[in-house]
Amino acid sequence: MASSTPPPASSESHPAPTYRLTEDQLALRDAVRVLAADRIAPRAAEIDRTAEFPWDVKELLASHDILSLPYPEQYGGLGGDLLTVCLAVEEISRVCATSGLILAVQELASLPLLLAGTDEQKDRWFPDLAAGRKLIAFALTEAEAGSDVAAARTRARRDGDGDGADWILDGSKRFISQGSVADLLAVFAVTADDDDTPRHERLTCFIVDKDMPGFGVERIEHKMGIRGSPTAELSFRGVRVPDANRVGGVGEGFPLTMRTLDRSRPGIAAQAVGIAQGALDVAAAYARERTQFGKPIAEFQMIAAMLADMDAQTEAARQLLYKAATEIDAGAPDASRWSAMCKLVAGDTAMRVTTDAVQVLGGYGYINEFPVERMMRDAKITQLYEGTQQIQRLVIARALTARR
Amino acid sequence: MRIVVLVKPVPDTASGGERLRPDDWRLDRQAIPTVVNANDEYALEAALKLTEAHGGEVVLVSMAGAGAPDTMRKALAMGAASGALVTDDALAGSDIVSTARVLAGALRDMEYDLVLAGADTSDGGAGVVPAGIATLLGLPYLSYAAKIEPNPDAGTVRVNRITPTGYEVLEASMPALIVATQALGEPRYPSLKGIMAARSKTLETKGLADIGAGDAPVGGAVATTAVLGSEAPPPRAATRVIREPADEAARQVVEFLAERRII
Repeated sequence: MASSTPPPASSESHPAPTYRLTEDQLALRDAVRVLAADRIAPRAAEIDRTAEFPWDVKELLASHDILSLPYPEQYGGLGGDLLTVCLAVEEISRVCATSGLILAVQELASLPLLLAGTDEQKDRWFPDLAAGRKLIAFALTEAEAGSDVAAARTRARRDGDGDGADWILDGSKRFISQGSVADLLAVFAVTADDDDTPRHERLTCFIVDKDMPGFGVERIEHKMGIRGSPTAELSFRGVRVPDANRVGGVGEGFPLTMRTLDRSRPGIAAQAVGIAQGALDVAAAYARERTQFGKPIAEFQMIAAMLADMDAQTEAARQLLYKAATEIDAGAPDASRWSAMCKLVAGDTAMRVTTDAVQVLGGYGYINEFPVERMMRDAKITQLYEGTQQIQRLVIARALTARR
Repeated sequence: MRIVVLVKPVPDTASGGERLRPDDWRLDRQAIPTVVNANDEYALEAALKLTEAHGGEVVLVSMAGAGAPDTMRKALAMGAASGALVTDDALAGSDIVSTARVLAGALRDMEYDLVLAGADTSDGGAGVVPAGIATLLGLPYLSYAAKIEPNPDAGTVRVNRITPTGYEVLEASMPALIVATQALGEPRYPSLKGIMAARSKTLETKGLADIGAGDAPVGGAVATTAVLGSEAPPPRAATRVIREPADEAARQVVEFLAERRII
């Protein structure tokens, strides 16, 4: 019988589509999982209680090359793809969302340099960032410019004439994750606000060093969750920034933030999936051991059904995240859509699963003897930062309606 | 310095699935995942620290089943430079003597300053294979090391050997074989770069003929020991709890121990 099946495509020109992680990815994920369980999990409750940045965890992540994952190999990085970075964020966040954010923020704030930085700029900053000797934060949001990024008021003006003249920064930034512990900040400032300049051509990105005169940390917010991650209000009072610290072209900051967020939102989705899985781990273990009416509560159908839904929802969010990361890495033209969808689904899943985990544990879930109340508080932020869920829906809907 | 560390893949006791095959009472090594024997990781950690301080490299040597490379990669990820695995169908059921002969055979053609071994393995648990190897190779044997201080210039090594009452200081010429203890320090976690690098490190697989032991008397057929049976230990007797004020409770505990001539 003649076969109509076409010959298999060469694996070189068409790599076989796979829904499985590679051996490298599995090995790295397992290594991070063991490290997180042994070394970070025992610190999580204290990090939350004291609301102090866990420098020891940052050192741990640096010494095990986890912070080097997002950077190219020539700068001392591991050259990990986006999916691999997400696997690491997920595994760390499974035990401690604050700790997972250390890697996620380091990646987020390095993306402008990765996407638009010159070779010289990468040479200058990436080795220290990859080694974890320096931390970097992403300073975009302002008090009056949240979802409306282009409404930023922080100004950068040239001091003198010529293309190479220094810049003077004035203004303030709010809700900057790790803004008070970072050595470097990727700051977005308005370089043109005349009526002739379109709103989306007004921003420019600069790398500010925390030691530059005029830079200050005004205060640290008191937060519901991710309490060990300091969220800072920053001020810039006549901060002189050399033109060599400008990332990308003048006026190209807004599209750069969008491209950055396309790649960074999966990191937050990974944090959300990790939080959900961590809460499910605790809830399932508790339901097996907790006995009421003479049997483990896991054997009651109402509890069993909750656990099953939590597992299915977490896995669904995870698979969308892995697919999104893979598509974005492959240069998909609809990266914004994938990025927004995975953050939307994972954030909502984390909130729902952690809330249910508290329910499974009953009164014990509401007290800090068990970690699920912390996880529920931590989950909320994943619906808010790097674009609220409403912004994600906006991005998705725009991609949908823009199609012909 | 060049240090050989002997490593053995053993069943992962955390998996809870270890069992003996009912027909020959050998460990069913297919049934559960294997890990690097924990005591060997302490030996490897000690070796890595020594090469970090004195230069040189660490090489792994193992005798195990054909599935061992995956487990040995984990030891390579910790920082060993390369590894050699002796594996041969004829080695199934090897006893202590066979194991010592094979590992000694593998070491015979290698160059090294030190051989480090773990105190014992979590599966076999005999703890005498390193002594057998040292005997066969005529190497100084320094056991239960809590501290290792090589002097490469003098070609000697000094070891604090744990004894029931403290430690004794032993010195020997190199090459020597040292049995490591957990007192040498916790094994490191492999770094991500270490894991990536381990994938391209050399892991040589050798048969008995490759180490010149093609006709050596080794393996299950010549084993001098055999497991005849296996049974679970008897359940622990009921615990007696003394709920008296401290003085009275102490008196009763002392009486209980004295009756049994424990104190």
